[in-house]
Amino acid sequence: MDFGYQINPSSAVNLDQVDRRRYDALVRLSPDAATCMGCGSCSATCTSSAWSGMSVRKVLLGLQRGRDAEVNRMLSACMLCGKCTMVCPRGINTRQLILTLCRLDKNGEVVR
Amino acid sequence: MVNRQPVISIIGAGIAGLEAARQLSALGYKPVLIEKAPVVGGHVAEWNRLFPDMSPSEDLTGPLRAQTAGVRTLLNTEVASINRLKDEYNLILSDGSSLLCQAVLFATGFHLFDASKKEEYGYGIYDRVITNRDLEAWFNHKDDRRIDHPKAVGFVHCVGSRDVKAGNAQCSKVCCITAIKEAIEIKEEFPDAEVYCFYMDLRLFGKKYEDFYIKAQRDYGIHFIRGRVSEVGEAVDGRVVVKAEDTLNGKPIKVTLDLLVLMAGIVCNPDAQHYAREIGVAVDDDGFLKSRNNVDAITESSRPGVFFAGSCTGAKTVPETLAEARSAALAIHQYLNKPR
Repeated sequence: MDFGYQINPSSAVNLDQVDRRRYDALVRLSPDAATCMGCGSCSATCTSSAWSGMSVRKVLLGLQRGRDAEVNRMLSACMLCGKCTMVCPRGINTRQLILTLCRLDKNGEVVR
Repeated sequence: MVNRQPVISIIGAGIAGLEAARQLSALGYKPVLIEKAPVVGGHVAEWNRLFPDMSPSEDLTGPLRAQTAGVRTLLNTEVASINRLKDEYNLILSDGSSLLCQAVLFATGFHLFDASKKEEYGYGIYDRVITNRDLEAWFNHKDDRRIDHPKAVGFVHCVGSRDVKAGNAQCSKVCCITAIKEAIEIKEEFPDAEVYCFYMDLRLFGKKYEDFYIKAQRDYGIHFIRGRVSEVGEAVDGRVVVKAEDTLNGKPIKVTLDLLVLMAGIVCNPDAQHYAREIGVAVDDDGFLKSRNNVDAITESSRPGVFFAGSCTGAKTVPETLAEARSAALAIHQYLNKPR
């Protein structure tokens, strides 16, 4: 029914409907991705984040919350400098992780 | 070995009381254990496995029980009241007898927070909401119709802990690691289940705890969501809908679960407060008994001859409790041998 106006869609994440296939595929290929504890070191040191909003922490979180478009936008801003890998306290090879992610489509299939 | 035979009463025969009794016996004393329950072992005896080695709790309580079998133990017995005399304490017991002793050890332990007080979590209202204690009972007996091959399981940290409104501003300390242990055990039982832990902070301070966390993430795929659960509702099919804020994402989050486990926290034992007040032993503002100081006299009270061991002074892990029980036994030994 058209009331002539509409309500903004909810910004709430419904985990019952989130498609985590890309994240699951990433974790299969590089299991360390699961050990992120969200400290934010990667984002703080990121060369690109200041103007692009790139954040490895947010990429990993976005994948688990079904925000694929946002993830791709961030990935495209990465310059692969590898500073995030140097600072990660959990020793996650974030640079390798980004390269792996770029090979996966949203269904978690290896396409490149 | 002492030349006289003083009487030492130990209130509570959980692991703190048992370990202290074992050590005092080894020093040549004849302590008396007073336990209100029909069995010894306290909370730990009800637990299935212990972090961080996943060792059965029976591996700890079994030998402790065996090695204190010769200690005079009064089961089903409560302390009705305590009188402070000049250098002694007189305990009136629930069976009508009295016990004159030269030293009293409080090993009165803790109470598990009553999760039904946090009504918004629905314990006692919704069928699929259980507590950490219920889950441990299930690990022990595998007899609970609420746990039937769940596909999605949630753990809520800090239930009744770090909650000023619930009267417990303090952290219960052991729930983070217990939640991770139980989450791993659920994954071992039901490998297909998605498991979510809702936490405010993960406080994994102990040896091997952080390794446990990494294992839960990497080897078991347990999802950690930073945010306190705000409300739980029931879906038409009887499952529970959990709402929280995903604070790392800054967005509300909801998920439907087959089972929700509330990590009920450690709160003070009101009996211990009652006894302490009777004999002028200080109680701290968190409700736990107040140590002479919190650095090098944790097992000593504000009164000569009254000692503490274990979680009567605050949340403790099993190894901390055992270490305090040994320390308290030595403090009692020194107290009784002090030249007067």
